[in-house]
Amino acid sequence: MSSIKVELHENQVNELVEVCKSFSNDPFELIHVLHKAQSIFGYLPAEVQEIVARELKIPVAKVYGVVTFYSFFSMIPKGQNPISICMGTACYVRGAEKVLEEFKRKLAVEVGETTKDGRFSLNCLRCVGACGLAPVVMVGDKTYGRVSPDGVQEILAEYM
Amino acid sequence: MIKHKIHILVCGGTGCKSSNSDLLVSTLRNELIENGLDKEVQVVLTGCFGFCEQGPIVKVLPDNIFYVGVKPDDAHEIIAEHIIKGRKVQRLLYVDPKTKERIQDAKGMNFYKKQLRIALRNCGFIDPESIDESIARDGYAALAKVLTELTPAETVQIVKQSGLRGRGGGGFSTGLKWEITAKSQADQKYVVCNADEGDPGAFMDRSILEGDPHTVIEAMAINGYCTGADKGLVYIRAEYPLAIERLKIAIKQAREYGLLGQDIFGTGFNFDIDLRYGAGAFVCGEETALIHSMEGERGEPTFKPPFPSEEGYLGKPTNVNNVETYANIPPIILQGAEWFSSIGTEKSKGTKVFALAGKVNNVGLVEVPMGTTLREVIFEIGGGIKGNKKFKAVQTGGPSGGCLTEKHLDIPIDYDNLIACGSMMGSGGMIIVDEDDCMVSMAKYYLDFTVEESCGKCSPCRIGNKRLYEILETITKGKGTVEDLDRLRNLSEVIKDTSLCGLGQTSPNPVLSTLDNFLDEYEAHVKDHKCPAGQCRDLMTYWIEPENCVGCTACARVCPVSAISGERKEVHIIDAALCIKCGACLEKCKFNAVYVS
Repeated sequence: MSSIKVELHENQVNELVEVCKSFSNDPFELIHVLHKAQSIFGYLPAEVQEIVARELKIPVAKVYGVVTFYSFFSMIPKGQNPISICMGTACYVRGAEKVLEEFKRKLAVEVGETTKDGRFSLNCLRCVGACGLAPVVMVGDKTYGRVSPDGVQEILAEYM
Repeated sequence: MIKHKIHILVCGGTGCKSSNSDLLVSTLRNELIENGLDKEVQVVLTGCFGFCEQGPIVKVLPDNIFYVGVKPDDAHEIIAEHIIKGRKVQRLLYVDPKTKERIQDAKGMNFYKKQLRIALRNCGFIDPESIDESIARDGYAALAKVLTELTPAETVQIVKQSGLRGRGGGGFSTGLKWEITAKSQADQKYVVCNADEGDPGAFMDRSILEGDPHTVIEAMAINGYCTGADKGLVYIRAEYPLAIERLKIAIKQAREYGLLGQDIFGTGFNFDIDLRYGAGAFVCGEETALIHSMEGERGEPTFKPPFPSEEGYLGKPTNVNNVETYANIPPIILQGAEWFSSIGTEKSKGTKVFALAGKVNNVGLVEVPMGTTLREVIFEIGGGIKGNKKFKAVQTGGPSGGCLTEKHLDIPIDYDNLIACGSMMGSGGMIIVDEDDCMVSMAKYYLDFTVEESCGKCSPCRIGNKRLYEILETITKGKGTVEDLDRLRNLSEVIKDTSLCGLGQTSPNPVLSTLDNFLDEYEAHVKDHKCPAGQCRDLMTYWIEPENCVGCTACARVCPVSAISGERKEVHIIDAALCIKCGACLEKCKFNAVYVS
């Protein structure tokens, strides 16, 4: 886990404690709680995992094990505009890899990283199910369909 | 209830919603209000029509007019021309790719002609957020029938006799599974719906949940009655926000109508449903892994037996079926086992939903009787290969399946035939690839997926797949040897034989089936260091034909690594050692001077 201590807002911590309580602090509800925690903090740093472990009375190692198992949970803060490239088979066959390369080149980040100014983060995901629009890119909740490497600059420009 | 004369159905599936179908609906409604027609014409946001390629889709009933690629700006014309003046908006009608004619009646579309919609019967037809529309289409009638006319054992018999097999992958007899769960003795039992659709490129379960959530609720309640469970759980992907929202609405409505909760239909039967969220793990499609995930654990599979039907969620007997399987239950109960078993092949009954994607003209969801051939699905319903390219292969069964080629096109599709050809049904993904796709890269793509999704519990899967991936990577980089091909095959066999769960037991299938069907392509990579499809970047070289080059410097300026040199109005040269093969020069050159081989 990272050595840098993350400062958590007190009201967010209180909210998380309340969430745990609403699930009766039941360890069986761990994944449920983590989903809520991620929506409160945006990601799941070690400090958040420690609170969850304490509230559900389970070892931090177990929380960490679950967080790292599932791809939906992230321990890295996302950028202001999280970019997700669909790497489902339909998108792959229609050229998603080239689109991803272009994003990597334009933003100078690797998959799973956030740009230095915190504006963009780049991730891959498995099939949003909009295969008719392949290749698909999501920025936040907005979906872009039939994206070509040439169209990457245009998408980024919307958020500059 | 107001009786509307005309219904405008707008697709609200994820694909069409991404193309702004929400705004289209509100614009249509505003146009109707402005023209004082909102009492006569109703706009309904439905589930997925299946014809995702040309969304957003709008269908006008009773005329049965099918508009494609409709934008919010088109709303005015649809209302002014079609609704008010009765003239179809010709430019929005679907054009048949073969005859180039605009289709005037949706019945004439090849895409729908060969389909038989049982699981998808209500998708694209009803408002999924209205329980009344579901009931108007026989929703909950099957539940009423079993609770008031049939015993649990009789109901199980009907499902068993129908011949329905699990639509999630393995194809186990659904009725038999229900029977085993029913016979297990326990104080508490559970009904689980597997809605953790993880196969990249398959989206039928999501479309059913988005388009017809009540059918899943009804079928789960029927299962609860049969097996003696009063609690249902839907394990659904957190990446499907729209499906989650519609399911939540449907559950709330069902509770309000007394179709979930205590004493349903006054029969003393209790049943209710909760949601559990997946968090992105393909292995959780395996039922034991799914159950561990629902218990808040890492989604790792465990050895079977004990089967979940005997010992599942919280150690209690649990019946796990997937969404599409459940969606078949109400029609089977209402129309009988004999009706259902009259459709399909000898050992695979009913229909199957396939998600057509990749290099095919009509990407979308299609439901056809078992026994339909791949040729009918790809070339008739799917409209053939995009851009008149040549068909090369179709991958069925996702990362667990294999690729099928030209010679398999006329085999009737069912569980057993697909396995005999070295592939499998899986959840019903069908990815079509054409002559431009490299089959070694395709196998590598699937292995990349498996390596990432392997839970790591057993070593054949965790380590073996990683090694398979590395060998494939070496081959696509042009550094493979002939011995690597034997190594691939041997390792694949070992992984298949020794892995703990279905993921590892099937993950080498894409490698084995491409080796069987496209050995020449592998050999071209390892012997001649060439990629016949021209997809493997490391095996390509870019060069400039001196005769065509006029020295405009466009290529040198666009090259991201400054690998191109040459003075203005002189012939340019690409330094192969520096070239990263991005292809930018090829795209930029207006004089056809850049070549790739």
